[in-house]
Amino acid sequence: MSALADLLRAGRPIAAHRPWPRAVVGTDTWQSAATQLRDGNLVLSGLWGESNSVHMALRDRALNEIAVLSLDCPERRFPSAGRLHPPAIRLERAIRDLHGLEPLGAPDTRPWLVHAAEPYRFLPAEGEGLHQIPVGPVHAGTIEPGHFRITANGETVVRLEERLGYAHKGTEALMASGDIARAAKLAGRVSGDSTVAYAYAFARAVEAALDVAPPPRAVWLRALMAELERLANHLGDIGAICNDASFALMHAHCGVLRERVLRAADAAFGHRLMRDCIVPGGVAADLADTDAAQLNTLVDELARRFPPLVALYDNQASLLDRTVGSGILRPALARQFGAGGFVGRASGQNFDARRAVAFAPYDRLEFEVPTRTDGDVNARVWIRIHEVEQSLSLVRQLLAGLPDGPVRTELPAPAEPREGMALVEGFRGDILIWLRIGADGRVERCHPRDPSWFQWPLLEAAIEGNIVADFPLCNKSFNCSYSGHDL
Amino acid sequence: MRRHLFEGLIRKPLTEPAPRIDDVATAELAASLDRTARKRLGRSLSIRAVDAGSCNGCELEIIALNNAFYDLERLGLRFVASPRHADVLLVTGPVTKNMREALQRTYHATPDPKWVVALGDCAADGGLFAGSLACIGAVDAVIPVDIHIRGCPPSPRQILAALLALLET
Repeated sequence: MSALADLLRAGRPIAAHRPWPRAVVGTDTWQSAATQLRDGNLVLSGLWGESNSVHMALRDRALNEIAVLSLDCPERRFPSAGRLHPPAIRLERAIRDLHGLEPLGAPDTRPWLVHAAEPYRFLPAEGEGLHQIPVGPVHAGTIEPGHFRITANGETVVRLEERLGYAHKGTEALMASGDIARAAKLAGRVSGDSTVAYAYAFARAVEAALDVAPPPRAVWLRALMAELERLANHLGDIGAICNDASFALMHAHCGVLRERVLRAADAAFGHRLMRDCIVPGGVAADLADTDAAQLNTLVDELARRFPPLVALYDNQASLLDRTVGSGILRPALARQFGAGGFVGRASGQNFDARRAVAFAPYDRLEFEVPTRTDGDVNARVWIRIHEVEQSLSLVRQLLAGLPDGPVRTELPAPAEPREGMALVEGFRGDILIWLRIGADGRVERCHPRDPSWFQWPLLEAAIEGNIVADFPLCNKSFNCSYSGHDL
Repeated sequence: MRRHLFEGLIRKPLTEPAPRIDDVATAELAASLDRTARKRLGRSLSIRAVDAGSCNGCELEIIALNNAFYDLERLGLRFVASPRHADVLLVTGPVTKNMREALQRTYHATPDPKWVVALGDCAADGGLFAGSLACIGAVDAVIPVDIHIRGCPPSPRQILAALLALLET
């Protein structure tokens, strides 16, 4: 029996939860789960609250089984999992901010997403010759708001502490007061660069809850959009990372390729970022045959233009001098945090929701999940390069195998409250959406968990011992979402 | 690398003609700008982007303005690293409560004469986040706004057209 099955058996199963099991457990089982997280048998995939309960999504590392444990908190407190398992700390701080539930024994009780009036207490860094550099929330470049407190000794970073929450929009509270269509639009605005992946995950969670299957053509079109989004983001990132090492030529060329993808997406689906194109029940925009042909042309062009850029990257000694050996994330830390996406896969993790959950149509497609173990900026660039290659192949396969037929199906009205959950692989990692739909068909509670929750803390570790001037480079190579994290 | 640079010399440029100026945007601006200020600025604007809590969709399209297709610097527009160097604040997002003070401080750090462009539906009226307890809503509830660019997000062409209107008015 797996560790996860044992934990589930100790609780009361919730029949309305799909597709993975959920059980309401007692304090002992909750703590036992935290212990197993600490011991590395399980991976923390999410931790979120409601008005009077907390939920923990867990993944068995070896078996790829997924389950949710829930703990009722009638006295508005719960035993802290962060006490044993640091990846839970920020999530528990967020639960405290958003729902007023107290994590007992939590190692860090400072507010997180909701900023208090009093000054924030940054962690101390003591020693001779140290100075602090405050950066943000308004940055020098066009990036999202966040504050970085860098403590340095000369050029060398001794400690980085992140303070996030500046983009906190109360998204979950807005979702909870609306119908499914409105919540779907909000899901597509959790993190704009992953609007397709979020809409995709939200739609899958709704469909799981209501036990409805979208038409096959919609299933394939969704994956097509997801791969186009991945291509656009990876191309943008590869260029931007090089730009942060002052290699503007790469940035210019990658920017052109990214723009070509966005224009093709606009022509094919009516929006450059394909926002609101995936909806619960299917997709909102069908693909015309002429546009499919254009997408094939796009893939041909990218396949022709991208390899010379890879060679350009790989042959620039001055550029590699910046990216190789900078911002190393140790595989043990990536494993502890269950880091997804290029951050995890450049440091030995191999989880990819497309492969592990193997939802349609990915179960019918051929692709590889590239991994490395060197964990530096260079490794994160190369994972992106390989994922661009894989996505080009996936787009070709998707266009070739695209079934005919309708692209949208009606959602049935639920007779009683239903719960659904989905994991979808966005460009920066696995996105989790959990939701409960009430008997009136409205969303009672929805929690979107961005992959950045398990990547942001690792940036603090990866930057240690690097020079201050390499912080933008390291930060860009992680490219965590502020908005996705801040909710 | 030499090959890439050489190709850049012989290939036709990707850069496209600048978009036509949007009449509506021009009309909105005419009221808020005077000729003296325009003389001082000439055909050049320094822009500071401020994300006041957007979903980052607007930022993606702002960043796209720098690519070879739009190449906004040829038009006298450029992004600067500090509000103290800026003529224009380009503000996105439904102004979260957590960003309110930073936005106000950035506005006050920008020297006069200055203009504020609210970019995207969220910056115009809060967008889908209007009414959230964590957001203020429209940018003009926090600092004065001269021009709005609607869209979720607006395309780079729309942004460029509105910024050019700012130059021409």
